[in-house]
Amino acid sequence: MNNKLKPRRPLKEKHYWEEWTGRIYTSICVVFLIVVMFSIVYFVASKGLSTFFQNGVSISEFLGGKTWNPTGEPAFYGALPFITGSFITTLLAALIASPLGLCAALFMTEIVPGKGKKILQPAIELLSGIPSVVYGFIGLSVIVPLLRSIFGGTGVGIAAGCLVLAVMILPTVTSIMADALSALPKGLRESSYALGATRWQTIYRVIIPTTLPALLTGVVLGMARAFGEALAVQMVIGNAPHVPTSLLESASTLTSVITLSMGNTTMGSVHNNALWSMALVLLVMTFVFVILVRLLERRNRV
Amino acid sequence: MKAKTVDKIATSVIVVLALFIVILLLGLLGFIMFRGIGHINWHFLTSAPQLLKGGGGIGPQLFNSVFLLVLTLIVTIPLGWGGGIYMAEYAKPGKITSFIRLVVEVLSSFPSIVIGLFGLLLLVNQFGLGFSLISGALALAIFNLPLMVRTTEQAFRAVPKEQKEAGLALGLSKWKIITSILLPVALPSLITGTILASGRIFGEAAALMFTAGMSSPPLDFTDWNPTSPRSPLNPFRPAETLAVHIWKVNSEGIGPDSKEVAAGASAVLVILVLAFNLSARWIGRVVFRRMTASK
Repeated sequence: MNNKLKPRRPLKEKHYWEEWTGRIYTSICVVFLIVVMFSIVYFVASKGLSTFFQNGVSISEFLGGKTWNPTGEPAFYGALPFITGSFITTLLAALIASPLGLCAALFMTEIVPGKGKKILQPAIELLSGIPSVVYGFIGLSVIVPLLRSIFGGTGVGIAAGCLVLAVMILPTVTSIMADALSALPKGLRESSYALGATRWQTIYRVIIPTTLPALLTGVVLGMARAFGEALAVQMVIGNAPHVPTSLLESASTLTSVITLSMGNTTMGSVHNNALWSMALVLLVMTFVFVILVRLLERRNRV
Repeated sequence: MKAKTVDKIATSVIVVLALFIVILLLGLLGFIMFRGIGHINWHFLTSAPQLLKGGGGIGPQLFNSVFLLVLTLIVTIPLGWGGGIYMAEYAKPGKITSFIRLVVEVLSSFPSIVIGLFGLLLLVNQFGLGFSLISGALALAIFNLPLMVRTTEQAFRAVPKEQKEAGLALGLSKWKIITSILLPVALPSLITGTILASGRIFGEAAALMFTAGMSSPPLDFTDWNPTSPRSPLNPFRPAETLAVHIWKVNSEGIGPDSKEVAAGASAVLVILVLAFNLSARWIGRVVFRRMTASK
C-alpha cells in the first residue's frame, strides 16, 4: 500500500535492506542458541552412550552397581553410590531450603509488605551473588569443623554438602516463591480477612493452596540448581565411592566425581566414558526438572 | 488452641526464620571479610602464586578473570542482545516461538559442569583450541547466553508501546525502530542485566576448569604482544581464574599458607562481585537519566 503512494525507489530499497539485516541478524542469534543446545545434547549423549554400546558396560551395572572401581582387575563401573549421593543431597537441601524460603517469601509479601521487602530483597540478591567456590570455602572452614565438633568424625559428608547446598539454593527458592505470592489477586486475601480469618488462617487455608504449583516451581528450580552444583559440594562431601549409610559419612555426587576424575583419565578410555555417562545422567535430570516445571506451570494457569 | 494464639505463634516463627536469613547473610559476609581482608595487600593482589612455599599472591588469576570477562562479553553481547531482540520484536506467538523458549529454558538449566564438559569435547579437543582463554570465553558465553536473551527480551518488552507506534507512524523500518528508538530506551536495563551477568561470569568456576584450564603459564607483564606465548594478552594461552584458583587451593593446596590464600582470594572475589551488583544499579540509573528526560 505504502509503495503505491510513494514511488520513491531509493527509500524503499533502504527500508528493504534494513528490514532484512535486522531479521537475518537476530534470526542467526536464535538459530545459534538452538544449534548449541542440540550439539550439547548430541555430544554428551554420544560420549555417554558409548560406555554402553562400545565398551559393553551394561546399563543395569552402571545404574545399579554399588562398586566403583574403574582401575581394578576386573573393573567395576557401578555409579549407584554417586547417583544416590546426588539425590540425597539434593532432596535434603530442598527440605531445608523450602520452609526457610517460604517463610522469607511470606515475610516479604504477607507480614510486613514494603518494609520486609526492603530488608530481605537485598539480602537474597547478595546471597545469590556469592560465587559457589566461596560457599565451598565457607563450608570447608565453618560447617565441616562445626559438624566435626558436634558429632565427631571428620565432619565432611552428606550433612555438610546439603547444608551448603541449602544456603546456595535459598535465593532461587525465595525469589520465585515471593513472585508467586505477590502475583496472587488481592481479592482472595481480602475476602478471607473479611470472613474474620486470622492472618495465619488466610495464609494456611487460602494463600498457600492457591499458589501451591507456583511455590513448588521454586522448589523444583532450586533442586535443579542443587543437582548440577559441582564445586561447592565436592569441597565438603569427602568424595568416598560408596553408598552412604549415614549423613555424616563421606560420600560423593555425580558432579563431584566428574570434577575430580575427568582430568586424570585419558579420552576414550572406559573410565573416561563412564564419567561421560554420569554427565549424561545430569543432562537427563535437567530435562526431568524442566518438564516438572512446565507441568507445574500448566497447573498454575488453570 | 485459639485461632489468635496460633496466628501469633505462626507469625513469630515466620519472622524469626526470615530474620535468620538476614543474619545468615550478614554472618557469611562478615566471615569472608573477617577472615580474608587481613591478607589483602598490594603484594597479594599483584604477585604470582607460590606452589610450595608461602607468600604467594593472586596477580595472574585476577588478571585472567578480568580478561576472560572482557572476552566473554565480546562474544555474548551481540549474540545475546540479538536473540533477545528476536524474541521481543520478531517472534510471533506459535509453535516455533514456544520451541525457542523451551530451548532457552533448557540451556539455562544445564549445569555449568556439563557446559564445561561440552567445551572440553568440542572447543578444546575437536576445534583444537586447547586449554585456553578463548575456549573458556566461548564456554562462558554458552553459560551466559540464555540469561542475556531473557533480560534483553524483558528490557525490550518494557518499552512503552507508544514509542514503537510513533516510529511506525513515521514510516520507519522495523530495524530502524529497534535500533534508534527502542534500543536507547531499553539500554539502561540492558546494561544493568549485562553487569549482573558479569558478576555471575566472574564467580563461575566449574565450566572453566575443563576449558580455560587449571594453570597459568608464567606471565610476562611487560610483553603486550598478543601472539607471544608469555604475553598476558595472548588469548590462546591457558588461564586459571580467581574462582578456579580458590577451588584448587582449597581442595589440593599444599602450601603452608593455603588457608590464608583461600580466605584472601575469596574476600577479593566477593568484594568484586558485590561491586558488580552495586555498580549495575548505579550505572543503570545514570544511563537511564541520560537517555530519558526524567530526573
